[in-house]
Amino acid sequence: MNKIKSLDELMKIRKEAEKTFNLRAASGDKDRIILRVGMATCGIASGARETMNTLIEELAKEDIKNVSVTQTGCMGYCEEEPIVEVVFPDKPSVVYAHVDQDRAKEIVQKHIKEGVLLENAIMNKSFDTVRE
Amino acid sequence: MSYKMHLLVCGGTGCQASESSKLLDNLKDEIKANGLDNEVQALVTGCFGFCEKGPIVKVYPDNVFYVEVTPEDAKEIVEEHVIKGRKVDRLLYEEPNLEVKLAEDKDMPFYKKQLRVALRNCGFIDPENINEYIASEGYMALGKALTEMTPRDVIDAMKQSGLRGRGGGGFPTGLKWDFATKYDADQKYVVCNADEGDPGAFMDRSILEGDPHSVLEAMAIAGYAIGASYGYIYIRAEYPLAIERLKIAINQAREMGLLGDNIFDSGFSFDIEIKYGAGAFVCGEETALIHSIEGERGEPTTKPPFPAESGIWGKPTCVNNVETLANIPVILTKGADWFASIGSEKSKGTKVFALAGKINNVGLVEVPMGITLREIIYEIGGGIKYGKKFKAVQTGGPSGGCITSEFLDTPIDYESLTQIGSMMGSGGMIVLDEDDCMVNIAKFYLEFTVEESCGKCTPCRVGNKRLLEILTKITEGKGTPEDLDTLEELGKIIKDTSLCGLGQTAPNPILSTIKYFRDEYEAHVIDGKCIAGVCESLINYEVVPEKCIGCTACARVCPVNCIEGAPKQVHLIDQTKCIKCGACYDKCKFDAIVKIR
Repeated sequence: MNKIKSLDELMKIRKEAEKTFNLRAASGDKDRIILRVGMATCGIASGARETMNTLIEELAKEDIKNVSVTQTGCMGYCEEEPIVEVVFPDKPSVVYAHVDQDRAKEIVQKHIKEGVLLENAIMNKSFDTVRE
Repeated sequence: MSYKMHLLVCGGTGCQASESSKLLDNLKDEIKANGLDNEVQALVTGCFGFCEKGPIVKVYPDNVFYVEVTPEDAKEIVEEHVIKGRKVDRLLYEEPNLEVKLAEDKDMPFYKKQLRVALRNCGFIDPENINEYIASEGYMALGKALTEMTPRDVIDAMKQSGLRGRGGGGFPTGLKWDFATKYDADQKYVVCNADEGDPGAFMDRSILEGDPHSVLEAMAIAGYAIGASYGYIYIRAEYPLAIERLKIAINQAREMGLLGDNIFDSGFSFDIEIKYGAGAFVCGEETALIHSIEGERGEPTTKPPFPAESGIWGKPTCVNNVETLANIPVILTKGADWFASIGSEKSKGTKVFALAGKINNVGLVEVPMGITLREIIYEIGGGIKYGKKFKAVQTGGPSGGCITSEFLDTPIDYESLTQIGSMMGSGGMIVLDEDDCMVNIAKFYLEFTVEESCGKCTPCRVGNKRLLEILTKITEGKGTPEDLDTLEELGKIIKDTSLCGLGQTAPNPILSTIKYFRDEYEAHVIDGKCIAGVCESLINYEVVPEKCIGCTACARVCPVNCIEGAPKQVHLIDQTKCIKCGACYDKCKFDAIVKIR
């Protein structure tokens, strides 16, 4: 292994190491955004795993750090799977339907990066649950 | 491909004793069996502190905190949580006072009041992977010190931060380093004191097991500040896991050039060697520790000369405790002012305490200085076990004293604890309830110090032995009121005349318990009673004839066969043969056996 000879070299290694580590670092962040992917049987059957992986890869590619991609159980709307819920802190969540890999990239590019909601992909309405 | 989920399994000594290594293996197997090994990573981490509920598994990025996880639970965690995204409800922590299940540690009262600085990486990174340490700002402080700061700048930052020694004495770290710079020598040494010896204290072990690189980095910074190129870690041989992780860490740091020659191309070289202690308590005292490193007997010598002037092989040496060192990298990265903003006026930063005894949440907690004992015991610690009454808390280990309920609201720092007759020590905190006999507690600590006295000076070697004899006499019901005066007088003489810190503080547990619990001592010597019902010679077990149904359970469990009685007849305990083990008392389902105090 090459020896570290300057602060810049240490920073380079840190940047590289942060990629795998960000998963944990971001989870303590108060302002973090959560992308929740429905990963029940129906979701996985319609490609939720690929969707989730695409989201993670796209975020890594764009070096976006304050986003956690998590999975959840059945969202109950199997017809519309794969479903992705985008939760910004202190904002009502937005639920996207039929999120294939292209749409997953679009969510990162538009919604996460620019704060612009995707057209034609939002399910009729976000939902409330008893716990909220 | 990056992982989408991390499962962190506690790999501290406590959790490993509860099979956390097997749990980790099972998790890895399950992940693999489900074809998820490219997506989900299970890895080891350091102590989460919540040892009462270990083994602990934390799931990122969901922040879900599972407690008391067994190797058999691995399958369910992977199938339910990892694959289907459903939390495993039965493994979540249930807050006893609220009777609700809490999924995330940040909601748990145990963690709410904590501020983890020295323990920042414990339970967060893989201690055996230097990249994870670097990812969480590791070695940035060393890099900054070597490339942007002069040794004087580093010492000034330490002084400004107000950091004081966490091993017990509370001496300002910056000042200690400054002293070591005042002496010119061809060679100087940095020593990490990892000879943690107080009964019940395990913060140093946990830091070394959970975040070894932070200690290595701090030692190199200290070396740069005082002009030392070599460091020793003096660690108890009874800490095999900590030693293993240190060895891994030292090798990794050498490979990356963070230890060794010409670090960061700055011309500064530093390397570290591990030295094993054989477990003598006195070797935690810095002069004894230095002699032990030199291969001499582990006995203290008088100060001055202080190690800063003449330490290992007569060279200037700076000895710092593990927890002190773990604070240093963050002080440089986040700034001395940040550190100085935490804590009380004279005690800055945080302190790690090892909570033990009759408390609900046994474990390792890190709190800002100036917090009250009540907050630690009742909020973080969850109160006294089985709803019993709080009696006292013992702090400072064998050198410390007992603190009573009237001081529960005292903000704790180095000064306030000394003022109320105890001390910070290394941070052991043993909670005592109404069933603890204070004379017996004092005796326990005296037994420890008598055993650990190196025997070099007479007051400690002989004096403490006499104190223990008197205490033993009292617990056997043979004490007299005059004995109490003798204890106090002799105790004070030992404090004044002993050579090192061990003897100078050994009588503290007696003096503080006599001061605050004189009535208990008097009950022993005047009335011949042990109110708490602990001292065997002062209690009797008797059968209540009206309640005894003659089930024979007590007679069968008695190890000395001193209970007589035919089935369905009232039984009788032969007091001349009874060894007062209490087995019959525990066994009887009809409350027919009573403890007479």
